[in-house]
Amino acid sequence: MPAHALRCRNCGRTYTLAPQYVCEECLGPLETERPRPAVDAEALRARIGAGPASLWRYEDLLPVAHDPVADLGAGLTPLVHASTLGGNLGLRRLFLKNDGCNPTWSFKDRVVTLGVAAARQFGFQVLACASTGNLANSVAAHAARAGIQACVFVPEGLEAGKQVLSAVYGATIVEVDGTYDDVNRLCAQVADEYPWGFVNVNLRPYYSEGAKTLGYEVAEQLGWRLPDHVVIPLASGNLLLKIERAFAELVELGIVPPARVRVHGAQPSGCAPIVAAYREGSESVRPVRPQTIAHSLAIGNPADGRYALEAIRRSGGVAVEVTDAEAVAAVREVAAREGVFTETAGGVAVAALRRLAAGGIFGPDDVIVVYLTGIGLKTQESVAGTLREPVKIRATLGAFEAEVLPGLAQVRPRAGQAVGGA
Amino acid sequence: MAIVRIPTPLRQYADGARTDSVGGRTLGEALEELTRHWPGLRPRVFDGSGQVHPFVNLFVDGEDVRLGRGLLTPLRADSEIAMIPAMAGGSP
Repeated sequence: MPAHALRCRNCGRTYTLAPQYVCEECLGPLETERPRPAVDAEALRARIGAGPASLWRYEDLLPVAHDPVADLGAGLTPLVHASTLGGNLGLRRLFLKNDGCNPTWSFKDRVVTLGVAAARQFGFQVLACASTGNLANSVAAHAARAGIQACVFVPEGLEAGKQVLSAVYGATIVEVDGTYDDVNRLCAQVADEYPWGFVNVNLRPYYSEGAKTLGYEVAEQLGWRLPDHVVIPLASGNLLLKIERAFAELVELGIVPPARVRVHGAQPSGCAPIVAAYREGSESVRPVRPQTIAHSLAIGNPADGRYALEAIRRSGGVAVEVTDAEAVAAVREVAAREGVFTETAGGVAVAALRRLAAGGIFGPDDVIVVYLTGIGLKTQESVAGTLREPVKIRATLGAFEAEVLPGLAQVRPRAGQAVGGA
Repeated sequence: MAIVRIPTPLRQYADGARTDSVGGRTLGEALEELTRHWPGLRPRVFDGSGQVHPFVNLFVDGEDVRLGRGLLTPLRADSEIAMIPAMAGGSP
């Protein structure tokens, strides 16, 4: 059900709907306000169940109306029961939310489809964003589909896959000499001077609500119940905040039974300002200069940091940092044990899971969901040089038997002839 | 004189000005002068205890002052001060 107003999260002042993200009174962040759905919980569950196989099944809970032109089918990604990985950690009910299965292979499609729908309502001729790569890919693709010009701003040194993706959809890519935080500052200034639709600047109140669907969806996929724990990678902190809110909203609407969800946040140690604040018991987050291979988490000045920190503490969660090496090992482990190839941000989340498990945070029957926010193919540089090389042979059975078989366990030639199956 | 860039939501408190020229050896002194020019800006830039409001990010010549010396950040004659409202980033 579309929003009817914007409200300042800090001072409560309300505004009519506009492409505006900051309160003129106190500079606090603006959020959308929408009416409570007019139907009861049972009817709402039924409407969602009968909805499309995308995040638009939650349209009753979103601030922007579905716009087919801005819809590439984001959402409803697999929730995978990770029995092998979980078994190794003594966790029977561990799940991976594989959001690398989105149209541009990251969770950013969830927010962008809302941002682009809002941009079309406001009539913007240019779509833009400040991005660490995944968001730029998604804006480029959605803009292409909507027939709107895209201009995406990214820091230098992004992975090749992320650069190719933005380019192939036809976006103008602006590579800024600096970090994401420099890009973000520049985009705030560009958005101030030019009437462009920046999905994560002036369209932010609409766009950011799309992240809530990662909460709604997990609850639905678990059979309309909340998990006991979630582990979420932190960059700006917005994703964690929105997932925590989504769970609270479902309880408030009576769609799921009340339950305590402990919300854990994960950062790479080369960019862990929220974890540092958590550890120090501080309420504010001090910016850092990022230095990590997990580029999509390399935000040294996380704007939602203090709110994410509050959410972690409120829920009884923990903020954890892990090294780049642990993240890469986790990427490989999830691929090898569960068949899911996640990007380094997902590796950070899984490595954090491992630390939390070692710290005795989980019970063996707790339902735990780890959010894998993007696909590993986009960050394949991170595992390059750590993988087994192909066995190169001539095309003969002899070469196969001499050079391949000795390296494989438990293989025998077929017995007899194979009609009807061996 | 340093140049201060005033963000859109605050221009209404500065008679619509996009920029202002201010003196001062440090960022703190420059902001004092700015808010003397435009008293309406003061409660938007500083909180009750004289600290910079948590929703305002300040940059001197492109550097986030919180990574350095904060309000004691020294200014050059041609420094550019950017005031940017906090906003969340592009990633999770």
